[in-house]
Amino acid sequence: MRELKYYEALSEGLVQAMERDSSIFVTGIAVDYASGIFGSTVEATRRFGPERVFDSPAMENAMTGICIGAAAMGKRPMMVHPRNDFMFLAFDQLINLAAKWRYMYGGNAGSVPVVVRAVVGKGWGQGATHSQSLQSLLAHFPGLQVVLPALPQDAKGLTIAALQSNAPTVILEHRTLYGISGPVDEAYVPTPIGKARVVQEGTDVTIVATSFMVIEAMRAAEELAKEGVSVELVDLRSIRPLDEETILSSVRKTGRLVVADTSWELCGVVSEIAALAAEKAFHSLKAPVRRIALADCPAPVSMSLEAAFYPKASTIARAVLATLGRTHSHLGDIDLADDFKGPY
Amino acid sequence: MGTVTPDVEIRLFKSVLRLRRAEESLAALYSEQEMRTPTHFGVGQEAVASGVCEALLPDDVVYSHHRCHNHYLAKGGSVAGLAAELYGRETGCANGRGGSVHLTAVDKGFVVSSAILGQTIAVATGSALAFQMDRSSRVAVTFFGEATCEEGVFYESMNYAALRKLPVLFVCENNLYSTESPLSTRQPTGTELCERARAFKVTAEKVDGNDTIAVFEAATRAVESIRAGNGPVFLECMTYRWREHVGPGFDHELGRTYRTKAELDKWIEHCPVKLAGERLQSRGIASEAQIARWTEEVESEIRVAVLTAKQAPWPEAQNLFDNIY
Ligand SMILES: Cc1ncc(C[n+]2csc(CCOP(=O)(O)OP(=O)(O)O)c2C)c(N)n1
Ligand SMILES: [Mg+2]
Repeated sequence: MRELKYYEALSEGLVQAMERDSSIFVTGIAVDYASGIFGSTVEATRRFGPERVFDSPAMENAMTGICIGAAAMGKRPMMVHPRNDFMFLAFDQLINLAAKWRYMYGGNAGSVPVVVRAVVGKGWGQGATHSQSLQSLLAHFPGLQVVLPALPQDAKGLTIAALQSNAPTVILEHRTLYGISGPVDEAYVPTPIGKARVVQEGTDVTIVATSFMVIEAMRAAEELAKEGVSVELVDLRSIRPLDEETILSSVRKTGRLVVADTSWELCGVVSEIAALAAEKAFHSLKAPVRRIALADCPAPVSMSLEAAFYPKASTIARAVLATLGRTHSHLGDIDLADDFKGPY
Repeated sequence: MGTVTPDVEIRLFKSVLRLRRAEESLAALYSEQEMRTPTHFGVGQEAVASGVCEALLPDDVVYSHHRCHNHYLAKGGSVAGLAAELYGRETGCANGRGGSVHLTAVDKGFVVSSAILGQTIAVATGSALAFQMDRSSRVAVTFFGEATCEEGVFYESMNYAALRKLPVLFVCENNLYSTESPLSTRQPTGTELCERARAFKVTAEKVDGNDTIAVFEAATRAVESIRAGNGPVFLECMTYRWREHVGPGFDHELGRTYRTKAELDKWIEHCPVKLAGERLQSRGIASEAQIARWTEEVESEIRVAVLTAKQAPWPEAQNLFDNIY
């Protein structure tokens, strides 16, 4: 299969969906810039022009409401936030209204198929207010679908699925992923929302990971294979709905679980998955579940602290070995250098 | 306070000069890739910060947004604290935790800057509420860009400030752009932000934001009115950002086409530092030689600040969890 970069896959999914469905439009800060959200909206802007791809003033909350209102009248708006953190301003419309629309009106007011895309910042001192990843918060609310594509194939497939779905859907994209390449179907095929992907099968330990941590886990798994450890890697892809079945059947097979997410631990995705295993696969577990998450503080800017703040491939690998009662000293070598260059 | 004496003119000039030299030096150093923090340089917009802060008293407080270096420096923040923050060092004004957009110098009355648009408009309004409750004559000031007048929090804050006649000065730096989006894509043609403010019963004035004296005089009128209990004032200062939205480069050199070099050149002609310097000389307040000496003084503060920052200790990983609560 031909390879595409993550941003190209997002773009292809969007363009193919817009070709098929004239009710789709795209808005948000900077969507029609030459830089086009890491290139992901450039082709849509070129192809469909300002009637369907247009910039937004700085007005996150009202624009979300505007998208809801347009959706109520049959449009399929996609709203893009250049950072997750700006989405907090939109929470009222998104959570108090969009997420409840279908249920609260007894199914009698139709649905509001708004797609929200938001970028997670990392590197170059993004700092406390430009690096947050809101999947745990958002997934808390029934009525909202929350997905995090990690691989290019799913960047395309989940974009298509979100734009076909009748439920409001949030797609969180980690900045470190845009340049990653992988095989992508040329066809217009959605990735089912609510279905995890088994990235690789294995027998000793299950790693359940999200977003960028899937990429880190792949590096960890490769290194662990050299140590004779067989890892089964599950890319969660969707937090709500959650694919309990895939997670549980993997844990029942391996008996060991490491969970890695791009946000914090307390009330976070990692804790949810750990709870699921404790509740429904308790008798299969041979070791305590390990949770890998951000250090429990706001994101610091200084390089020396950033390095301690983010978990890496070696953090995951060490946790996997710990579930096997083993240690290893050379794992640091597997971590990628942080070579991201600013200014933003 | 309030009249433009030669002393005031000298202070205003020295202030814009300091801001300009600091930003230019830091921008030049930024290209070394050692300041790992997204940075919004304020070159070209100095007169707003200097003019407003000159009209304030030491215990008045100032808040700012992402493009905050000028406001921090003009209210008395040190170049050393700023440079070390950009270099991510423990000696930075936010101990290397906050970066370019999260500055603080509380002892100088610069409370904080923050990176999410509109936050500090409400926060300054809250500080003004506290001053009013304390029957104090202090004033709270918030600096923000014209794009922030598109956010709801601006209107909610203005309404409340006017309702309670709070001692807050809203300073909008209208530099015509929000990242790469011109006003024409964001606000209806013919928009006058002052009219919006007046609709909220907020006194409003529009000034040439590159003219230190004009800004100072307008800010002085504003602060006097606020201290007299007449409620909030909105000041719109027309100005222009010379460099790219974030980072040290120039848009035309980076191949961006959302604005032209000709437009930039027009604004460079109307440079706040040049205007203030020429005025000093033409009025015989300072000679070229005097200006050169001041420039050298400022340059040396910056040199020392940068050198010290580069040698300052990094925050240690064991202190990652300091100051969470
Ligand atoms: C709530 C929110 N939305 C979007 C952004 C991204 N953003 C950062 S600066 C900026 C431009 C703001 O323009 P303006 O307020 O005019 O200030 P200027 O940069 O021109 O000084 C934008 C959109 C943000 N920081 N916060
Ligand atoms: Mg602006």
